[in-house]
Amino acid sequence: MSDESHNYLNAKKGIWSWLSTTDHKRIGILYAIACGAFFLLGGILATFVRTELGTPGETILGQDEYNQVFTLHGVVMVFLVIIPAIPGILGNFALPIQIGANDVAFPRLNLASWYLFMAGAIMAVCGWLFVGKVDTGWTFYTPYSSGASNAVLWLTSAVFVAGFASIFTGLNFIVTVHKMRAPGMTWNRLPLFTWAIYATGIVQVLATPVIGITMILLFLEKLMHIGIFDPALGGDPVLFQHFFWFYSHPAVYIMILPAMGIISDLMGTFSRQQVSGYTFIALSSVAIAFLGFLVWGHHMFVAGQSALSSIIFSMLTFLIGIPTGIKVFNWVATMYKGSVWLRTPMLYALMFLFLFTIGGLTGIMVGVLAVDVHLHDTYFVVAHFHYVMMGGALIGLIGGLHYWWPKMTGRMYNETAGVIAAILVFIGFNLTFFTQFFLGSKGMPRRYHDYSELLDTFPEFAALNMASTIGSYILGVGLLLILVYALYSLFRGPKATANPWGACTLEWTHTGPVPDEHNFHETPQVTRGPYDFHLADDVFGPKNNSQS
Amino acid sequence: MSSADTTLKHYFVSHEQQFDAAKLGMWLFLVTEILLFAGMFVAYAVYRSWHPEVFLQASELLDWRLGALNTVVLLASSFTVALSIHYVQKGQNDKVFLLIILTLLCAAAFMVVKYFEYSDKFSHGIFPGAGFDPHGIIDGKDYSKYNVPFAPQFFSIYFVMTGIHGVHVLVGMGMFGWLATRVARGHFSPQWYTPVELTGLYWHLVDIIWIFLFPLLYLI
Repeated sequence: MSDESHNYLNAKKGIWSWLSTTDHKRIGILYAIACGAFFLLGGILATFVRTELGTPGETILGQDEYNQVFTLHGVVMVFLVIIPAIPGILGNFALPIQIGANDVAFPRLNLASWYLFMAGAIMAVCGWLFVGKVDTGWTFYTPYSSGASNAVLWLTSAVFVAGFASIFTGLNFIVTVHKMRAPGMTWNRLPLFTWAIYATGIVQVLATPVIGITMILLFLEKLMHIGIFDPALGGDPVLFQHFFWFYSHPAVYIMILPAMGIISDLMGTFSRQQVSGYTFIALSSVAIAFLGFLVWGHHMFVAGQSALSSIIFSMLTFLIGIPTGIKVFNWVATMYKGSVWLRTPMLYALMFLFLFTIGGLTGIMVGVLAVDVHLHDTYFVVAHFHYVMMGGALIGLIGGLHYWWPKMTGRMYNETAGVIAAILVFIGFNLTFFTQFFLGSKGMPRRYHDYSELLDTFPEFAALNMASTIGSYILGVGLLLILVYALYSLFRGPKATANPWGACTLEWTHTGPVPDEHNFHETPQVTRGPYDFHLADDVFGPKNNSQS
Repeated sequence: MSSADTTLKHYFVSHEQQFDAAKLGMWLFLVTEILLFAGMFVAYAVYRSWHPEVFLQASELLDWRLGALNTVVLLASSFTVALSIHYVQKGQNDKVFLLIILTLLCAAAFMVVKYFEYSDKFSHGIFPGAGFDPHGIIDGKDYSKYNVPFAPQFFSIYFVMTGIHGVHVLVGMGMFGWLATRVARGHFSPQWYTPVELTGLYWHLVDIIWIFLFPLLYLI
């Protein structure tokens, strides 16, 4: 076939052909570039935060600058990286091909989503840089936000606009999965990544409008003093927290569900066997999506919520552990007696298992009422959500990027460099955040720019903070190494074959090394499940491991 | 069929698939709209349950006759838009054009009534938020007596909810104007009339949100 020469990357030329593309694969690349840039920005800010905290006393940031830097770190990482990244990059790239469709259901809306996302991103960063500094934290709690500078107007508008990008992406994927599946692609044959993106779409569509209206009300609060949230005007700040977490807790599942989908695909492919409990993993994604709407009150145990509602929210929070546990046990079972192939993507899948399990179990701990009163707003919580957000969502993303990299770019990355980077990331991450569990359980509060005065009582804070900062540098080096070998691979990497991992989903079995502009030459007829490796080489041709 | 084929996008297999996808997408969008308004309905419910007497008192200042008039106008527009979908399915495009223009006029009438309601409130110092300073006497009601704690919250909620609803009416007017030009140019046929159907769905949602706003704000 002439696939080699003609593919989606070279079908059209020029910057404008990218900026006006409606091809879901190219839009995925657009998201990759944008999210990559924001991840770099958020990472640099994180390094500032850790450097400031590395030693007691003022190191590089004054207390106001510190507050502003961690605020922008949070806003950028949550709204511009973790929420959009996996659906935007990998969902766009892989989902339509995985179900045998030529594109998503609404390609122009898909491009519009990217532009909305970019508009939101530019508003957020410009507002912060040029209009005024914001030190509210990423949560914009009133009365912090009602007292902060007018840049809050820019950031709330940014979240509103970027929120619509998220809504339209989710809507697009739901309709695509419902209406665009190829003949034979039954719900029982959907790859688990597609299932996860589908469940994520449900959360995006149902939760995001609520942050939209919250941001409108906060905007009007700031602009016209409408008195809904600001206690000085008769408003109720706890109402803001309810609204905010009604979105932002489900948003945690917008972040983690797609990563869980990636891990499911990686576990099946690199263990070379049927994913254990396929139906349970698929439906537990949907279960998490729905249960996620019932637990927002666990962010407000100490915010004056009634004891009864706190107890109910606490109990519902424990329930989330059930579908999550189902996934973790099934992933482990998938590897059992499989022929596990330890390539870089699989290393990240194993890392995810380890880190996410810590993140999830500490989540249950802070969901316990009595324990939370002690741990609330301490570094324990910071460590917990970084284990979920970074150790879960971002590690899943990095694993997925390695997995789909050959299909996206047509080139292989250097396996040795990949392994070294994975080890650096693993060591750096744990050194950075595991120490923070100790700090938090000893009572070090989050969002403090200095802990000198605590050292009399807790002299160990100095060593633990220093260790955490050193860990963050190791983590940074590992991530930069990934950037370096990814860029090298882009230009100099060896050409990839159509199916370097011997995977059995359509994007590997039914397209060339780099997919064609319209994905398939003819509509695939699906006759097998996504992880059916039985006689796979006979059906799809022998797997060709150009790397090994 | 030749005109219909140009409307089938290459990534769809059939018109049925394309139409179903568009319709499902619109329904999902309407779900997001409901959740957007749900936030405001919750704010209304919370403040009403805390200060029922203030909300009861403050709602007296809204003219239920104008609200009822607008309800009738919007219901009529829902009827005309539903009929337009009926006729586009039958291919009677002259009737479709007329009905869409009628719907557009109803929407405009709604906004005109809303304009008079808003300007009447503004002229007596009833603004959302900080500018709240009711004064003057209308229909024997001394507005200055309504300057009580949490009355500003009622009017903030009133202006935000009806304001965002009004923005939706304006968007609907733009869509009907656009549809009218496309009907006039003969773009729709019984084989392909997706934009008419989707705009109709959207308009029914705008209508039903008003059906809830009217009693909650004006009557109780």
